[in-house]
Amino acid sequence: MADKQVFHSHIWQEDAEENNPFEAKACYCHGFDVYGDLLGKASWSEYLYLLFKGERPSPLQAQLLESLAVAFANRGPRDHSIRAAMNGGVGGTTAAGSLMAALAVGAGQYGGAHEVFLAVNIWQRAGQDIAQWQTVIQQLLADKTVDIWQPMEHAPGFDPNGESCTTPTRQTLAYLSGFIEGGALQWLNHHREALEELATCPLSMTGVAAAALFDLGFSAEQAEMIFLLLRLPGAAAHALEQQALGWKKFPFIASMIELENDPGSLGVPSIEEFGL
Amino acid sequence: MSNSQLQAHENNWQTRIGKAFLCDRAVLRGKDLHHELGDWNWFAVYLYGITGREFAENQIKMLAYFWIATSYADPSIWPNHVAALGGTVRSTASLSCMAGLALGEASIYGRRPEKRALDFFYRTRAALDNGAALAELIERELIERKTIYGYGRPLAKIDERVPHTLVMAKKLGLDDGKYLQLAKDIYHYLKNNKGLSINISAINTALVADIGLSPEEYQLFLTPCFITGIAPCYVDARDKPEGAFFPVRCRSIDYQGKPKRVW
Repeated sequence: MADKQVFHSHIWQEDAEENNPFEAKACYCHGFDVYGDLLGKASWSEYLYLLFKGERPSPLQAQLLESLAVAFANRGPRDHSIRAAMNGGVGGTTAAGSLMAALAVGAGQYGGAHEVFLAVNIWQRAGQDIAQWQTVIQQLLADKTVDIWQPMEHAPGFDPNGESCTTPTRQTLAYLSGFIEGGALQWLNHHREALEELATCPLSMTGVAAAALFDLGFSAEQAEMIFLLLRLPGAAAHALEQQALGWKKFPFIASMIELENDPGSLGVPSIEEFGL
Repeated sequence: MSNSQLQAHENNWQTRIGKAFLCDRAVLRGKDLHHELGDWNWFAVYLYGITGREFAENQIKMLAYFWIATSYADPSIWPNHVAALGGTVRSTASLSCMAGLALGEASIYGRRPEKRALDFFYRTRAALDNGAALAELIERELIERKTIYGYGRPLAKIDERVPHTLVMAKKLGLDDGKYLQLAKDIYHYLKNNKGLSINISAINTALVADIGLSPEEYQLFLTPCFITGIAPCYVDARDKPEGAFFPVRCRSIDYQGKPKRVW
């Protein structure tokens, strides 16, 4: 360990202002001058791709990432991650508190980022081979290794509570399949029903996200991070919306909680002796 | 393929965990929080909430000691460092402390090694009881999982918490459990054959195994355990000038990437 604070990076370089070594005069991301050149030329999705991959995306890759970002920017108030953010917003918590709630819940294995991580792992191991998909999914579901993450309870990328593949999932898959010829998305679109049969449940949006992020060349770790990032806009907007609407219009589930071992009321001490 | 679980739970939640009856009482696992748990030790209530079980006083003191013994208010420790960064930029106390705590489910320290160490102790003890040899079990674990959590330490060779914790365990009469003995046996093998040291994770985990927490219960029990070191680091940085917590010069970023180029 160094006794001087030095960060090693293959991503970021800075030239200091002449009068202040703690402020940058120029910032370079993978060699590109961010404020002197890249700004105004690169789109958000191109810059995002550059940050993770170290190179500019092709136009089709940039469009695919841009479209993926639109598809996942807001999954609506029913989404668990967004519900978490709204629970923050309605109580007037800090902005970061709401987004931290969205990140924590959106990190999970049922519709969340760790599910995307696991689903990208399937792509890495099984590729475009249905027999391999069956083997890998079986292995994954059989893996009961003790870890901070619980064992997976359903095939990653599929919805254990689904009746059929939802319309938005099919629409997103169909649209995103048009960018990378011969890629995972196209193969998934062609073999969706066969894969659903072996997963015993319909394809979910996380499955589409995983295929798209795999097609873009992201590792499972990168895919997990990007999926977390892409879902934050909706969480933020809905948290603020509920804050403005107020708690009287927000669902309160107390009456729907049935306690099966209620010891009953033991009374409340009198407050009269305390002068209240 | 079915949404039957969603249909079944749409507007109801049956539970034995707890409920707040506002203006009257709150219930935790069948006990009235104020009447029945109000004079319990906080750790006892926390453990009761996690497990539904009541623990002996010496066990609770031992587990509470884990929290004290990891309360290193040193901002070079990563979760504390995050809280100090929160302080130096004048973020809020809760955000800074929770961000620090969130780091606790790490891979080279914290929850992952602790949970896996507990699982290893339980699996190994069961295998030994079935007649397996310890050396064989350790070697197989190293081949299959590459590491045995709780042995070796990233930053130092001697973990000073080990002797302190063992002294406390002895004082509380918890130093003769079969899992603590197993942890020592594993240490002797790894020290002699691999040159590895034992760290606090192995000792704490062995004591927890003797107390009988499951890996999931252990993960939950330890989740807030760094907080006593985290919060003071936030305070320290908050009370110093803005941005003063180890500021970084531009040239302190050692760039090894692509050369400068045009978009």
